[in-house]
Amino acid sequence: MSDINKPNSFTTGPDENGKFGIFGGRFVAETLMPLVLALEQAYKSAQQDPSFKAEMDNLMQDFVGRPSPLYFAERLTEFYKGPKIYFKRDELNHTGAHKINNCIGQILLAKRMGKTRIIAETGAGQHGVATATVAARFGLKCIVYMGEEDIRRQSPNVFRMKLLGAEIIPVTSGTGTLKDAMNEALRDWVANVEDTFYIIGTVAGPHPYPMLVRDFQSVIGKEAKEQILQKEGRLPDVLLACIGGGSNAMGLFYPFLDDADVDIYAVEAGGHGVNTDKHAASLSGGNPGVLHGNRTYLLQNRDGQITDAHSISAGLDYPGIGPEHAYLHDVKRVNYVSITDTEALEAFQLCTRLEGIIPALEPAHALAYLPELVKKFTSDQIIIMNMCGRGDKDIFTVAEHLGIEI
Amino acid sequence: MRLQKTFARLKKENKSAFITFLTAGDPDFKTSKEIISSLPKKGVDIIEIGFPFSDPMADGPVIQASSLRSLKNGMTLKKTLELVKEIRNDNQETPIVLMGYYNPIYIYGNIKFLKDAHDAGVDGLIVVDLPPEEDDELCIPAKEYSIDFIRLCTPTTDAIRLPTVLKNASGFIYYVSISGITGTKTPDFTNVAEAIKFLKSHSDLPIAVGFGIKTPENAKAVAANAEGTVVGSSIVEIIQKCNDAGITGKDLTAKVLSYVEELSISIKEARK
Repeated sequence: MSDINKPNSFTTGPDENGKFGIFGGRFVAETLMPLVLALEQAYKSAQQDPSFKAEMDNLMQDFVGRPSPLYFAERLTEFYKGPKIYFKRDELNHTGAHKINNCIGQILLAKRMGKTRIIAETGAGQHGVATATVAARFGLKCIVYMGEEDIRRQSPNVFRMKLLGAEIIPVTSGTGTLKDAMNEALRDWVANVEDTFYIIGTVAGPHPYPMLVRDFQSVIGKEAKEQILQKEGRLPDVLLACIGGGSNAMGLFYPFLDDADVDIYAVEAGGHGVNTDKHAASLSGGNPGVLHGNRTYLLQNRDGQITDAHSISAGLDYPGIGPEHAYLHDVKRVNYVSITDTEALEAFQLCTRLEGIIPALEPAHALAYLPELVKKFTSDQIIIMNMCGRGDKDIFTVAEHLGIEI
Repeated sequence: MRLQKTFARLKKENKSAFITFLTAGDPDFKTSKEIISSLPKKGVDIIEIGFPFSDPMADGPVIQASSLRSLKNGMTLKKTLELVKEIRNDNQETPIVLMGYYNPIYIYGNIKFLKDAHDAGVDGLIVVDLPPEEDDELCIPAKEYSIDFIRLCTPTTDAIRLPTVLKNASGFIYYVSISGITGTKTPDFTNVAEAIKFLKSHSDLPIAVGFGIKTPENAKAVAANAEGTVVGSSIVEIIQKCNDAGITGKDLTAKVLSYVEELSISIKEARK
């Protein structure tokens, strides 16, 4: 069946205005406009410079530990008696998540632009830790904005960032979570335009951030493609990843978007359920609006006021989503589904017991969709799931929810 | 054409326009209406009304808190337009400019908003997160509804960028005197005077200066050179302090207006 509205390729975006269809753009205050334009130029010139790629490749290999393995999750596959399940093991990266891939790219851009002060927002703390890590590695001052509530539930990561020399600024405005941390980081940037580089942790924000974060994270999908061809001699049938802002998902999906036979599933955080007012599923439960520099799906009320997101996973607790996902949702290239806190907790435990891998609560959402997904495919088919982070940071939250004191 | 008339009149009188910013519905609809409609009597030439947004990224703590107070009391963009309409009933002369963030307008519906804003008596718009790169969204359609789209210029707007910023600007130019959020830093007034000269060499529009004018003395310094002087946070802060101290209604209104009058006197004295 041919559909005239379907584009020939899903990988042509963004256009020169930073748009993916109607999504994306550069909705920022004038003070920041020259900065985002300069960043776009710096990125373009870096892409033309072989030494940028060489330095990046070198750091990815020896500092981050790439390529990350593609692992056959044999016991989980046996458990579900369905398609073969592979994990792309980005939780084995230095700092324990995929976030570092993007931070390496952005810190190299910061260096090229002569910036000396790094700022970042963080939810689960993984992006904060990754930013503090690269800032330490390159000897740059680092300030991380983190919601008060997230500081409480992610205390191990807060201490790691401090050890790495970063200054943590607690954010009390709004609900004290990731969205408010992003507001504060933007306010900081407006006030420190001369020397500051803002390392955004996900595929959101004003253009060119969604594009460059996607490009830096695409290493996940590129490796996975090579690895599956080597192991199985063919492409996977399904890709699966969790989605908050959507950087790990975008990184895995992007190199496969034009492979029409690969089905793609992204799992949003359903909190207490998308029919309640406590969830973080902006695609399943939100509508298009403009926040943090881009147009995308947002959780909001009828007056355009942003409402609070909720998820057991601090990394998914954001009322928006990257604009490219909004686009892929509307053109129906990617299937967006959701999983509740409780389902994620169950999957977290199952994976730990069966595979000897403690997943972060974020990819536990993707794992929790496996029972649904395996029903749709047969045992001669292949699923690749992005294990985008490890769960060491989450053991306190999990213990609390299971009613166990540690 | 209220904005154009006002600036033309003040030019003849050799005065800087006194522009105040207050958030609609802060601390509540009734008090807010009372304060705003009394501003012209206290020497305010142009009224800026903020429509609240949950995530005001370019604002400092004072205006953030005022937005939240107003939202908490049920303020919406629709009610902001009702407020303007009610103020217009008794005042046909004073220009009213709405200031805020794009999302509430986008959700309201851009064209419907422009129509309703025009009907309510709005003269201009300042939408913080709509830079010239996004002019097709609202700036260009606004012309059809005779609503001026007022552009912010900042210390980061250089000679290369300025023509882009000015291209579809109308009403006046709002010079943001600091790199930062509202109500935080105080600008260096020599730099501000230089910036005004720079902007004047590129545009015939009146230049108003805001962000960081905190005292009657600051206002006086700005008014000496600028065709408009904008004060926001330091007025809003009085509402905050009253609110915290349990002062409401007429007493709160009186306190705010007495500070506004003080600012007004300083601004009018600036060029004597």
